[in-house]
Amino acid sequence: MVKVFGQFLLFLQSMLVRTERVKVIWNRTLDEAVLIGIDSIFIVSIVSAFIGAVTCVQIAYNLINPLIPKSTIGYMVREMTILELAPTITSIVLAGKVGSSIAGGLGTMRITEQIDALEVMGINSSNYLVLPRILGSIITFPLLVILAMVLSILGGYLAGTLSGAMTAQEYVEGIRDTFIPYNIVFALIKSVVFAFLVSAISAYRGYFTEGGALEVGASSTTAVTHSIIAILIGDFVLAYTLL
Amino acid sequence: MIEIHNIHKSFGDAPILKGVTCTFETGKCNLVLGGSGTGKSVLLKCIVGLLKPDIGSITFDGTVFTNNKIEIRQEIRKQIGMLFQASALFDSMNVFENVEFPLRMLTPDMSRAERRDRVEFCLKRVGLEAAGNKMPSELSGGMKKRVGIARAIAPNCTYLFCDEPNSGLDPLTSIKIDELIYEITHEYNITTVIITHDMNSVVEIGDHIVYLHKGQKLWDGTKDEILNAQVPELKEFIFSSSLVRAAKRIEMEGGSLEEIRQEPSKDI
Repeated sequence: MVKVFGQFLLFLQSMLVRTERVKVIWNRTLDEAVLIGIDSIFIVSIVSAFIGAVTCVQIAYNLINPLIPKSTIGYMVREMTILELAPTITSIVLAGKVGSSIAGGLGTMRITEQIDALEVMGINSSNYLVLPRILGSIITFPLLVILAMVLSILGGYLAGTLSGAMTAQEYVEGIRDTFIPYNIVFALIKSVVFAFLVSAISAYRGYFTEGGALEVGASSTTAVTHSIIAILIGDFVLAYTLL
Repeated sequence: MIEIHNIHKSFGDAPILKGVTCTFETGKCNLVLGGSGTGKSVLLKCIVGLLKPDIGSITFDGTVFTNNKIEIRQEIRKQIGMLFQASALFDSMNVFENVEFPLRMLTPDMSRAERRDRVEFCLKRVGLEAAGNKMPSELSGGMKKRVGIARAIAPNCTYLFCDEPNSGLDPLTSIKIDELIYEITHEYNITTVIITHDMNSVVEIGDHIVYLHKGQKLWDGTKDEILNAQVPELKEFIFSSSLVRAAKRIEMEGGSLEEIRQEPSKDI
């Protein structure tokens, strides 16, 4: 365990020595950001809209006390979405999609000797292949989390109003009630940390793949599992330290 | 010239290379011959720096490569072109971009037009001038090898390494790839090292041959000397091929090996 962690740190260090030209890395980062971001919009939109809708319906189902105003439903949807559901669930979804893609892509490059080809050319393969993926994730995860927040609150609005659980006015009143801007900052900090964890862990698993196609699949699976565990641990640590 | 001195390499407790010493001369096709598991690919990976030898030194034209400063190793690496066993073309790039890649990365001062001219020249040299827009997945095995060669020579490499260039190819395509490597080696006076267990390559292009057996160099010499080598392991390896046995028989009956070697080319 300690050995693996040490190897992981050395892997991260290797990205930052013998770096390629800034222009090359920047262009690669933009390419990766487009790939990670654009390709993930659909799944993030679907998941976040339905999570918002389900959260709204379930809170409405549990709020049976007539003394509690119905605007509380909107308030709770907003708080849950911003603080936890949007950053964490979106990151877990992206761990499955982006993490497996990074690990599978690098694993395939490793077993087909494409990484060796880069090294023989004198190119720092971890700097050229991994750093742009990590930077691309750090750029896109927060944007996707913001999208998830918006769509989740919108999903709650549609579910709440269309099901008749509350009026539109009550929902809007709820989501505007005692808003704390720091919560948004906290969610974005979480998304940046999760982006780093998912991309770095997945890249590490893929980069050191040995064997054949079977091992590439195993690397992807391990990358997703470890990324999700890291997200959950990171979520607790950040909540404990920053709230 | 590449000088290999007393290279040892082990994986765990298993010794793979046991003190290999040899020289690969400039302007020649140097073949490293041997059966599967004899350490040929490990030797190649040690030479190009993908593996670090436990003991021994590797020198490129007088400059020590092993354990030298990273800057010096990088400079040597920029002069290395390599054709991998499975070609190792970048899946996300088309043929043109694959060949252009080392130029873009290693020669940032080169203008786009210069790069385009160089890529077109290299693709033409390997006979693939019309395949620039194709993706690697659209290419045959032989075409992939050709693109690999074009990519290797694009930055004007001084040293060309080929890891089993004939693997997975039919005999006719194998000969064409061998001939291409041979021509390029002599045309540009580069030091070429080819890892192979194909006896046909030995007869076709082996200017200098090193025979490895169980991690040790047992013999080295030219293609004209190899059929008369008196090393039992090498004789067993060579004459396991029925074609070589037939060639040897014809030679013993008064035929010329050179004539036999040229025979297939006439038919083609």
